[in-house]
Amino acid sequence: MNGLLEIIRKELADSFNSKRFIILFLLVYVAGIATIYIAAQNIRTAVGDSTRDIFLNLFIVSGSNMPFSFPLFMSIFIPIVGIALGFDAVNSERTSGNLSRLLSQPIYRDNVINGKFLAGLTVISILIVSVVFIVAGLGLRLIGVPPEAEEVLRLFTFVIVSILYGAFWMSLSVLFSVLFKKTSTSALASIAVWIFLFLFMGIIANLIAGAVYPVSQDSTVAQVADYDSLFRMINRISPGTLYSESIQAILLPVMGSSSPTMMMIGIYSGLMPAPLPLSQSLTLVWPQLVGLVALTAICFAGAYIKFMREEIRST
Amino acid sequence: MSDNLVIETRDLTKAYGKFIAVKNLNLRIEEGEVFGLLGPNGAGKTTTILMLMGFCEPTSGSVRVTGYDPAREPVKVKRVVGYMPERIGFYDDMTARENLEYTGRLNGLGGSLLKSRIDELVEIVGLKDRADQPVGRYSHGMKQRLGIADVMVKQPRVAIFDEPTSGIDPEGTDQVLNLVRDMARRKVTVIISSHQLHQLQKVCTSVGIFSRGQVIASGPVDKLGREALRKGNYNIILPIAQLADRVRSEISRIPGVFSIDSIADTTIVSADEDVSAELERVVLEITGLKVQMKVEEFELEEIYMKYFEGPPV
Repeated sequence: MNGLLEIIRKELADSFNSKRFIILFLLVYVAGIATIYIAAQNIRTAVGDSTRDIFLNLFIVSGSNMPFSFPLFMSIFIPIVGIALGFDAVNSERTSGNLSRLLSQPIYRDNVINGKFLAGLTVISILIVSVVFIVAGLGLRLIGVPPEAEEVLRLFTFVIVSILYGAFWMSLSVLFSVLFKKTSTSALASIAVWIFLFLFMGIIANLIAGAVYPVSQDSTVAQVADYDSLFRMINRISPGTLYSESIQAILLPVMGSSSPTMMMIGIYSGLMPAPLPLSQSLTLVWPQLVGLVALTAICFAGAYIKFMREEIRST
Repeated sequence: MSDNLVIETRDLTKAYGKFIAVKNLNLRIEEGEVFGLLGPNGAGKTTTILMLMGFCEPTSGSVRVTGYDPAREPVKVKRVVGYMPERIGFYDDMTARENLEYTGRLNGLGGSLLKSRIDELVEIVGLKDRADQPVGRYSHGMKQRLGIADVMVKQPRVAIFDEPTSGIDPEGTDQVLNLVRDMARRKVTVIISSHQLHQLQKVCTSVGIFSRGQVIASGPVDKLGREALRKGNYNIILPIAQLADRVRSEISRIPGVFSIDSIADTTIVSADEDVSAELERVVLEITGLKVQMKVEEFELEEIYMKYFEGPPV
């Protein structure tokens, strides 16, 4: 192992002792509890007469005075946590003069970056698992309906996918921490990418799709569907889209297809989509999940290669 | 490669594009030496050290550190080589002890052995009272001393210090150099790069003078001095103002002696080898006096200036 475990241990200790993470944890917990509390209050109207997947609905329903469902909240906070864990992974070691010292110890160089990544992944996992547990426990108390086995499985899958999403943001910010010498630059670059993907990707996708398939009030369903599929394809460049599509399919068994257009078509043709089993939901979003893994792997590989080839100077 | 050669480079070259940082370097450092790397900024000292540590790959030529190639087998080299970079840093929110512990663990140490070793080390470097304070509150000099403790945690065979005394006060410099000398006494081979020639002279057994990526002279300080300043001759100083003619003529008969000069209240005997023992015998025989005499010593600074005098090359 040559130091890998020691590095992970030290990084974890650093994380749990630092104010940065105490603040992040508190923020995520408070926001998570708030969303679930509001969901519990609105769940009666949302669920109606249905008896299926009531527990899972806790994670989807949002309130009128707080338009925040739990997945939406996760898709905003996970990138922040991932970036906070990775943006200064390598360059802070360099600027503090620790990198040369660290690398003059008998450890393989890749264990430094692997250790940091694995430690970050552990922190993200702990954060996500704990917030889901807190939220689920609180939800159980608030509505008093226990989850069915499949709902538990779906929640578990949701946790895994969320960790994966966090891993992507962390590997991206680790990449920036290897590429940029200053921690402020790498932090800004990570946040810039996040804001771009979060705010502007939709606008750009809309512009391009609108130009290729103009949609007006007279458009046929087929035209709208064309526009919609192109819009979605472009949006899928953003890992945020991949994530939200995945968790929609995982948390909403009724959403046979994750596309609202398809829902619309379904309603027009009088075919209400039936709930899918988990395996089918997963099959639907398999490409999204693979895409997410691939993006993570690409970013991490880039950081790894750059770090391994780099010349280590103390100044 | 002979057994006691700790570091050996052959035609070691490092080029950054067109700029050649180190050019055909042949360095041989034996076990137990304290070797000083001298030279102006940008002469290739740090780049050489980086190649010794495997932090950058040579463009051509070979390096062997304790018999291993640092680019190929970095872990084997780093197990026995300690390195203190020019701008050493520690984890500021960890205490000195915690920092040393981390280094120890990365070296596969642990438990009571590591603890007692750290206790010993903080005592040696004079940080015992402050070992449980966060390093962020340390002064520069204290950090340098902690750096030496950090190098010693793994009990290295070779210790490399890059500018260990830059930017610290004279007292701190003395402390650092004493520690380096201490390591040499523990049979550690030390390589030290510095600009502070006077200080370096106090600790080094040999030096290598770098200029524009090449070693232009290397060897023990007195040998370098004779070569640079006396054309390889020995000057032996006798604390006698005037020699009796008989003594003078006897001395001039010693093989190798070619001149006898009286300067101020001393007499300088020049020879092409070290004749001090012979000289002492002759003087004792004729005058019956045991005269204190010494072989002329050189200031590293003089030697250094000799090499870098004249128009800048």
